[in-house]
This record gives sequence, structure tokens and C-alpha cells, in this order.
Amino acid sequence: MVEKQPQSSKPQSAKTVTADPFAPPDRLAVALVVNGVARRVDVAPWTSLLDALRDHLGLTGTKKGCDHGQCGACTVLVDGRRINSCLTLAVMQDGAEVTTIEGLANDGALHPLQQAFIEHDAFQCGYCSPGQICSAAGLIAEGRARSADEIRELMSGNICRCGAYPNIVAAIQQVIGQS
Amino acid sequence: MINFQYVRASTVAEAVNLKAANPAAKFIAGGTNLIDLMKEHVERPSQLIDISRLPLRRIEQTADGGVRIGAMVPNTDLAYHPLIEAHYPILSSAVMAGASQQLRNMASVGGNLMQRTRCAYFYDTATPCNKREPYSGCSAIGGQTRGHAILGASESCIATYPSDMSVALAALDARVLVTGPSGERTIPVSDFHRLPGDQPHLDNNLGPAEIITAVELPPRGFATHYSYLKIRDRLSYAFALVSVAAALEMDGDTVKEARLALGGVAHKPWRDIRAEAVLHGNVANEASFRTAADVVLREARPHTHNAFKVELARRAIVRTLTQAARGTPQSQSNKKIA
Repeated sequence: MVEKQPQSSKPQSAKTVTADPFAPPDRLAVALVVNGVARRVDVAPWTSLLDALRDHLGLTGTKKGCDHGQCGACTVLVDGRRINSCLTLAVMQDGAEVTTIEGLANDGALHPLQQAFIEHDAFQCGYCSPGQICSAAGLIAEGRARSADEIRELMSGNICRCGAYPNIVAAIQQVIGQS
Repeated sequence: MINFQYVRASTVAEAVNLKAANPAAKFIAGGTNLIDLMKEHVERPSQLIDISRLPLRRIEQTADGGVRIGAMVPNTDLAYHPLIEAHYPILSSAVMAGASQQLRNMASVGGNLMQRTRCAYFYDTATPCNKREPYSGCSAIGGQTRGHAILGASESCIATYPSDMSVALAALDARVLVTGPSGERTIPVSDFHRLPGDQPHLDNNLGPAEIITAVELPPRGFATHYSYLKIRDRLSYAFALVSVAAALEMDGDTVKEARLALGGVAHKPWRDIRAEAVLHGNVANEASFRTAADVVLREARPHTHNAFKVELARRAIVRTLTQAARGTPQSQSNKKIA
């Protein structure tokens, strides 16, 4: 496990915490590498990574579903691992590398998972798809899922209310088979 | 979301000092439970002390042949660590039975121990709850009690503690290492969480400025005869109605040593050493497993909607002990219960 080192862009609040619990907080400067590009946002302490991506960086591919970590629509990769971006604060991710659905395609060529989701018709309304695809990218990187049972279990954090599950599993299985 | 200040601690000592200086502050590690509770206005800290970058991410062997797990180790890293998979597979299995992979990637070992009940009344700030607002009353008693405790509850609180990981830790006799203003101490995991009594707002025995730094496992991992069986309303990504951790040391058909702990039934991981004693020296068969289950459940007190949990727990105990004795642990991928 790689230790995360404190970043040079240490949040200002580390120096400016006051005794007054009702004092309005300072905006915090957060440095992120999003889809390979260094970005900087000034956010309130309570801004989730999800809101930072959508509202501050304009990357609306990542979806807000439940905002409570129950649906998986907000799944992104942080330092290569899939997480629920609604349940982490942007400031906690200072210095992290974030990959969203916008960053998966390579120079105009769809990511194999994006292509497989199209080929297998692995969505209906499409709202959960960015989270499903980012989650599947994390799943493949983990290297733990081979069988359909294992895929289903390790994808259980992504809900699809259209019920495209069989096709989602088939799409992921195809990409695992290719890798 | 509520207004709060954010500060990042870079050492354990700094974290403890910050917490000691502000009783209304909270530590945040993975954040998966705390941020959710803050969005619901159940938790309202004036300050978050970010401990996620503390150098507590190692899993290493201890001098006595056990394993020390740093408090900031993500749940996934714990479940997939070669030492844990090889020597403490019941812990890997229990961790993988909880939450989703995204949450397990975020959630820390220390935070898993600290997670709070999912009682709907605890979450609903429009209703009284002794855990959320001390001495305001319990809305679960007389309310919807399907998911609530059947063991060790009180007239103040019938909430359950939701962790799967901690049920396996209880079976393994793990110890929680904590650091506070007056130094370090070790708490057996069975003594870490509390029964509700008349102070259900206290989930555990951690001091106000103490921080969990590690969990230590003793050398015995029960890697041959174990099982973790979790019964829930859907096959994945749901909290337990009943879960059972069973770990045995066998001598032929005879149980030499038994560990038995339940989740989803009480305010803490429910280890029962009296039931374990019933199994010691006895032949591993359905009759002895049933006797052990009867011991666990003889003081069960169900509420309006959860009487089914008593029989469910009885059957789950027998099934899990059977799986452990046979050396055929419950798979957390293929949910067929063998």
C-alpha cells in the first residue's frame, strides 16, 4: 500500500482554525489531477468530491443519484480505486488523481467498457452508466472477478433501476475476457 | 450539509491534541458513515479532524505470531491481504460480506469499528431517539422493529450495531489499540462496544479524545474450520438481519475449541463464550450445534416485528457451525447456502 503523503497544497484551514465553532469557514484550495489534467478548486469544507467535479469543474458525466453512497451513480476512480464520490470531501482528496467517465476514452477511441456497454445494450435510461462503467474499470483493475457470480457481487454497489443487470454483467465479462 | 471547520492531522499526537481541545470535533477517516450522518443532520460536529493520512496503513506480523492491522487500512486492503486471506480467512469473508466494493475501498478498519447503527429512528431527526438525543426517548420500541435487537437490549434502546468485520474480530479475540491524552491502552474487541443500558448514546468505551491506532489479531486464525454466514433481505449490499461467525479447531469429529459470534442481533458483536463452552470436547453434530444455539438464544427478547430473528438466528448458528466443521465456508460470491 502506497502511503499518501501530505501535499504541498496543504489546506489553509490547517493554520486558520479558530475557537469559534460558528465562524464561517475559509474556502479551501484543493489541487486535483482530473483525467490527467492538473486542476485547482476553491471549495467549502463540506463540498463533496462529487459536487466539486460537477459544479466546480463542469464534469457532469459523474451523476448524483442518492447522494448517500447507496446507488453508485457517483462512482469515480481515485488513485486508481473506485469510490463513491458523494461520500468523500473534496478537501480530503487534495493531491489525488481522479478519473471520471469523461477520462476513460483514449483520444476519441471509446474505452473497451464503453464499447462493450454499447454492444451489449447494457443500459436503458443511462443515468447509472457512468458509475457502472467507472465501477467496472475499478473491478477489472482489482483483478478479483472472473465468474458472473463474482462480477455481480463486486458490482453490487451500482444500482440500475432499469434492470439492465444481465447485459451489464455480459459487457463486463466480455472485457474481462479480452484482458 | 452543516457548517464545520476542517483540519488535517499529520501525527497521532496532533490528532489527539486537536480532539482534546474541541469536544464537538469528530475524526474523519473514510467518511462513508460520518458524511452520510452529517448530510442527515444526525452528526453535527463543529470541526472535522482528518486522520486519513496518518501513517497507520500497514498490516504486519507481530512478535507473538499474530498480526497488527493499522487503523487506516482500507477494508478492501484488509480483506485481500495475503496474511489475512491465508491465516484469518473468516475476517476476509466477513469484510467482503459488508457494504459495496466502493465503500470498502474508502472505509477504514478503525472507522468500521466506529460505525453507528442504521436504526431508522436514529436517522430520522423528527423522532425521539436516546442514541441521537440522550434521554429523549426511543421511537423504535413500539415502532417498526423488524431489524432491531433480540439480545442485550434495554428499555432505552433496541438498536443493532451493523458491522460485519467486528463480528469476525470478536470471534478471533482481537484487541483494539488506542491512544489518548494519557497514553496508549489495549481494549479487547468484545469490551470495545457497549450494551445500550440507559446510556445508548455511548456506542463504545473509547474516551472522548482517544483514537484507534490499530487492531491486533492473536496467532490463532482458525483458517481450516470457519464460516461467516450473513442473512439479509437481498443477496448483497444490505445490512444483516442475522449474521454468524463460527470458528472451530477440530480433532477428528470432536470440537477442541469453538468461537461463536453473531451480528445484527445486538448493540455490539454478540460473542457467547457459554455457547462456545457447550461445544468444547463434544462431537460436532447437529445436536450439539442446536444446544449451543439454544444457549445463545435462551435470553432472546424479541419485539413486535422481529420474533422471526430468534428462529433465524438458531438455524443460522447451526448452519454456520456445520459449514465450519465440514471445512466448507460460506462463499460471499455464490450466495447458495451449502
